[in-house]
Amino acid sequence: MAETVFSRPQGLIDVTTHYCPGCTHGVIHRLVAEVIDELGVRERTVGIAPVGCSVLAYNYFNMDFHEASHGRAPAVATGIKRARPDLIVFTYQGDGDLASIGMSEIVHCANRGEKVTVVFVNNAIYGMTGGQMAPTTLPGQVATTCQLGRDVEATGHPIRVVELLSTLRTPAFIARASVHDPLLSINAKEMLRRAFRYQVENTCFSLVEILSTCPTNWGVPPAEATEWLARNMLPYYPLGVFKTPEGDDRAPRPNGS
Amino acid sequence: MTKKLMKGAEAIGEAAIQAGCRLFFGYPITPQNEIPEYMSMRLPQVGGTFVQAESEVAASNMLYGASGTGERVMTSSSSPGISLMAEGISYLAGSELPVVIVSIMRAGPGLGGILPSQSDYLQTTKGMAHGDFRLLVLAPWSVQEAADLVQDAFDLADHYRNPVIVLGDGLIGQMMEPVEFAEDRQPIKELEPKTWAATGYTGERPRAIINSLYLDPEELERHNLRLKEKYDAIVRDEVRYSSYGTEEDYDVLIVAYGTVARVCYTAIEEFAEQGIHVGMVRPISLFPYPYDAVREAARRAKAVLVVELSTGQMIEDVRLAVGAERPIHFYSRVGGMLVSPEEVIEQTTAILEDREVIHG
Repeated sequence: MAETVFSRPQGLIDVTTHYCPGCTHGVIHRLVAEVIDELGVRERTVGIAPVGCSVLAYNYFNMDFHEASHGRAPAVATGIKRARPDLIVFTYQGDGDLASIGMSEIVHCANRGEKVTVVFVNNAIYGMTGGQMAPTTLPGQVATTCQLGRDVEATGHPIRVVELLSTLRTPAFIARASVHDPLLSINAKEMLRRAFRYQVENTCFSLVEILSTCPTNWGVPPAEATEWLARNMLPYYPLGVFKTPEGDDRAPRPNGS
Repeated sequence: MTKKLMKGAEAIGEAAIQAGCRLFFGYPITPQNEIPEYMSMRLPQVGGTFVQAESEVAASNMLYGASGTGERVMTSSSSPGISLMAEGISYLAGSELPVVIVSIMRAGPGLGGILPSQSDYLQTTKGMAHGDFRLLVLAPWSVQEAADLVQDAFDLADHYRNPVIVLGDGLIGQMMEPVEFAEDRQPIKELEPKTWAATGYTGERPRAIINSLYLDPEELERHNLRLKEKYDAIVRDEVRYSSYGTEEDYDVLIVAYGTVARVCYTAIEEFAEQGIHVGMVRPISLFPYPYDAVREAARRAKAVLVVELSTGQMIEDVRLAVGAERPIHFYSRVGGMLVSPEEVIEQTTAILEDREVIHG
């Protein structure tokens, strides 16, 4: 008898996604679905899709879903969780959605200590609308609304979301991970597992920022996107656990393997 | 069933709780703060939850999430806050989520003032936000009616899976009047189980997706037309109004809604004491608007007088109802100023005497 050692998680639907070649949304979807499966909470999980590249996430995750308006997923999550505290509620948001138009909603959701989990996918650019500058776009990085490269004198510096949220006094689990190489992907899954477990145990708000690739809008070949991420994003967006409900000190992770 | 003296804002909050509302999401704004304050005190007593949101934008999206679980949910706000909620309201309408929104109008535009007004009639009844949708809008003229309409609003919202707005002004929230709540109140509409609610997918029903995104134009057209069928049913079945002294012919028909209609009613009573017959139609549902009632009543009059706390908003619906069949006069105060019975008498008398109506 052959033993199945690898299969599609129950949390994902067997469909083709619309994501571009070389984009790591698919990897992150899979990690989230695996964690939800392994915690055994899929049947009481409600996800919230954002506006952005993952706007159609409800077509890929095999669970009940809400589609939120741009940036408001943490408010929608608050409404769901307050109405039904027995549900496991997570948002899946990009950097334009969460760090620009939705900055107010994420800060206050975290500050209220809503017992929800936020999967924050940071690829340093607006993907779906065609590669405009995001709050997370790196200094000098070319985007369609900063075609000579991001000028920090005119647009400020990229926002580090996990560092910002970690300053809040309300207990939370806040970490940054990456999926640009397999070992770090395993670490990203562990961060997601901790984040969801804190919610299952009704402990605190949790957020995992996951660095992600966007070869289409970065203008690099898919095969080179992970290298671009490691070279350009890791120095500015260090990985690690930034805040735990137990109040541990920051525990940095090695950047890359 | 006993009558209790209650402030309008408290009666509105209590009515929501009696109707089974257990979640309130709101943001402070004058002149409606007594509603969230009451709910913040009262909801925990009945096992409910009050959340003070970071903004009206967030509050309307919290409603979206909470309503998507099938619970009865509510917010209240005032003009600038309703504008901020407009985003969420469009998504609520598109996703067909039942919520009740109490809107206490203040004078505008911009920050305007905090005193009573009917400045948001067009916004509420015609064009709250982007997209092609309608809201069911109910306008009370007393504290008792505010309480009754809030309870009805929850049934209507659930039945039609649509946001319902109870539209008042600062007077409704601040007035103290006797109110009674029926202990054995039954729903006014047939209420189906909320099988569409997103409460976890166990395989016993299709996955629940609370959504307003339809990238396929043919699919979106079907969605839009289905929404239209719903709005048509609302127009057919949910028209509400009261008529006063319109059984016989009279010289002037007054059309007014909300607290302004109460002022007009005082004027009508004074006319009656002098043997002068003035009638009134008071729209209670502003969408759907009682066009037929206004038209029929206007046909019994020589002229129509529309009285509003705006520079002329509901009058557009009166014109649609009456057309060119009768002359339509208009009287209003704006900016938070109120119409007095004496002013209504003066304006009506001018019409009766065929004099020029002097505005303001």
